[in-house]
Amino acid sequence: MSEHLTFTYEIPGDDFTRAGEASSAIKNKLKMLGVDNAAIRKVAIAMYEGEINMVIHADGGELTVTISDTEIVMVLADKGPGIPDISKAMQEGYSTAPEEVRSLGFGAGMGLPNMKKYSDDFQIESEVGVGTTVTMKVFI
Amino acid sequence: MKLQSVLDLPDLSVLVKGNPDREVSKVFCCDLLSIAMGKAPADGVWVTVMGNKNTLAVATLTDTACIILAEGVALDEGTLAQAEAEGIAVLATDLPVFDMALEVYEAGLA
Repeated sequence: MSEHLTFTYEIPGDDFTRAGEASSAIKNKLKMLGVDNAAIRKVAIAMYEGEINMVIHADGGELTVTISDTEIVMVLADKGPGIPDISKAMQEGYSTAPEEVRSLGFGAGMGLPNMKKYSDDFQIESEVGVGTTVTMKVFI
Repeated sequence: MKLQSVLDLPDLSVLVKGNPDREVSKVFCCDLLSIAMGKAPADGVWVTVMGNKNTLAVATLTDTACIILAEGVALDEGTLAQAEAEGIAVLATDLPVFDMALEVYEAGLA
């Protein structure tokens, strides 16, 4: 690949069962491009956690994925409530997810920690009342 | 060990057979999808009582080879059709999670 490929997805805010569609679509594209399986798995996990977070906390958002020769960059931007204390939100087990989300098996406070764990570079910016943007890179 | 050896175990019904020739790696038990997302091994056999659409999404994204629904838990038809399309085996048993995982382990999967 000499040029960058960019894909943008709108993540719906009200449909928990559709979370993961964008991650699956990207996973299939990366497979077709012949990207290494371990890198694909990292991208898929990090991206799915991000999708779930946007559905649970931010009433959806926008996901942009750029694929180049050397890296996959995922930018997840939402106009949700923002995160007042990022260091707290990054702790494993800390969760503000509502009960109905927990009953589906999510909301255990692993989302952001998993996103950080499975990306090679992780940046998060958040402003209360404005929204949150997470930028993750996986090197290939 | 091939997935076929898991499909052949007693006490199981095969809802979606996936790819029987696929080499499976490990047996994994977890009901919290948040944890499974980070920990489910690639090509694993995942035993769980969490049967919803998101279970399949997590299995797909972690490259799980096979989901075993324990304790008589079911999955809806739409999700099973999707599992078929993704090539992920889905099996069901009335056994508890541990007993089922032990059967898979004893069949040759460490």
